Amino acid sequence: MLITIKYFGQIAEVTQKEEEQLEVSEYLISGVINTLNTKYSDLKNKDFQIAQNQELVDLETELTGAEIALLPPFAGG
Amino acid sequence: MKDKKPKNVFQEGAITSEFIGNSIYKHQTKTSIGAHNIFLGQVRADNIDGKTVSAIEYTAYEDMANQKFHEIRESAFEKFDLTCMHIYHSLGKVKVGEICLFVFVSSPRRKVVFEALEYIVEAIKADVPVFGKEIFEDESHQWKVNS
Repeated sequence: MLITIKYFGQIAEVTQKEEEQLEVSEYLISGVINTLNTKYSDLKNKDFQIAQNQELVDLETELTGAEIALLPPFAGG
Repeated sequence: MKDKKPKNVFQEGAITSEFIGNSIYKHQTKTSIGAHNIFLGQVRADNIDGKTVSAIEYTAYEDMANQKFHEIRESAFEKFDLTCMHIYHSLGKVKVGEICLFVFVSSPRRKVVFEALEYIVEAIKADVPVFGKEIFEDESHQWKVNS
């Protein structure tokens, strides 16, 4: 499955990009995160939430979405 | 005044006092309103380890953020007897002393607007994916976290 991953704020500083497409065979969100942790070693030290198709999900959620986003702590207002 | 579709809450740069004044002016025709309440978020010159914040640069996961703003709006209309409500948030650089968040609620009666405004502002801080880069006077930066 081809998914788009978006990065924001300090996460985008770690990945050095705001978006990329990945071909994945995992069926859980955790699989994608493990792949990203391998690709970007500094990611482990960062605090973030995960959204799938614009809804917050946890690591055990089934991967269904075309769009995953890694969201650092919110700072609106 | 309940909208069905998410609308764009974001504005590039600071929210000006002219814009805010004009928003108030536009409500003069809505004569069922007896009370407005307004929250203005202003960028603070925080001092962190001897360095002073000079601006915050805001980014957002815009599609999700607008959806969250929409959900907050729908839920506020359900909970409170509001005539109308407006939310505007800055993107891009906002200097210290400038306004980055403008929330405006209106109702026939005053008690409602106090409760509604607090509910809405707290929900925005907790649920909306907006990110803030605090830029110091020496051009270094750190990432803001809502407390």
